[in-house]
Amino acid sequence: MRAVAAILAAVLTAAAHADAPRFKIERGEACVLPTAEMRRDHMKVLLRQRDLTMHQGIREPRFSLKNCVDCHASRATGSVLGKDGFCSSCHTYAAVSIDCFECHSPQRRAQAAAKP
Amino acid sequence: MNPDRRQLLRWGAAAAAGAALAPGFRLIELAQARSPQEAASRLQRWGLLIDITKCGECDACVTACGEENGWTGHGRAETDPQWIRTVHLRDRRTGYAQTLPLMCQHCEHPPCVDVCPTGASFKRADGIVLVDKHTCIGCRYCVMACPYGARSFVHEAVSGQKPDVPRGKGTVESCTLCVHRVDRGETPACVEACNRDGGGAMAFGDLNDASSTIHRRLVNEPSSQIRADLALNTGVRYQGL
Repeated sequence: MRAVAAILAAVLTAAAHADAPRFKIERGEACVLPTAEMRRDHMKVLLRQRDLTMHQGIREPRFSLKNCVDCHASRATGSVLGKDGFCSSCHTYAAVSIDCFECHSPQRRAQAAAKP
Repeated sequence: MNPDRRQLLRWGAAAAAGAALAPGFRLIELAQARSPQEAASRLQRWGLLIDITKCGECDACVTACGEENGWTGHGRAETDPQWIRTVHLRDRRTGYAQTLPLMCQHCEHPPCVDVCPTGASFKRADGIVLVDKHTCIGCRYCVMACPYGARSFVHEAVSGQKPDVPRGKGTVESCTLCVHRVDRGETPACVEACNRDGGGAMAFGDLNDASSTIHRRLVNEPSSQIRADLALNTGVRYQGL
């Protein structure tokens, strides 16, 4: 019985990771916060910074969306969206839609500027 | 107390605060680029002074605004967004014609803010009137309330936005006085273009700073507001109107 449970657990773990999102972090060894904290709370950090920037004009780069995109945009496409994009790969996996890029540019700044 | 009197007192207070205690030492530094960590201040009020006698038949300001903020038309005048436009005036009796650029007037008492049901339309501490598109529901009350027709609704899907200027379908937008440039200590794109390619008709500055050129010109030269009768105390002033 114990052996069956162990096999079942192994199969389930493998299944859970089979289609786990694959993405590259791209740049930088350290993010603006520890990884675990960013995974759990990145949306809270972004929402707070959003209101500070919009209403008070505080444009500290650390938690700005532009700063996220600049580091995490793919080297190939210059974007955080797309199949293996840093934002879209996890969000597709978790089935959580992101509205940020309906309005904001998903492109790294240098690449966005080069586009007409 | 009427708005003009209140404004005059505020200018007086700003002038007193800015008065030098000793050479090079001020009680409060007024006109200085803020650090990115610092919030916009009530001590400042950004505005424009447009001398339309120098405004000729060009659209340098309109083109520069479109390029800077990434809004373009689709050839559908009814629904295309427009943050700034040139208005042609003609005296019917004498035939005297004038051209002037018209954009959000950044009112002290903005009607668009009064009518907004979600608080998306707001005035920043330094007098810049903006739309928080995160809370805008696209009802367009502000479009109707603005006496200057300065606001546009984004009817069509947008792509290729500028990183500094997010724009999206279903929200209202208007001149932001190039708030992203102002926060960096630069002048709006229209003013820069007018002084480079146009007639040098536009000036930008802090209306509260007694040492600024725009303040000095407003004190010493005649100027007017469009629809001054509405007592909105606009941040954009005109000369030669």
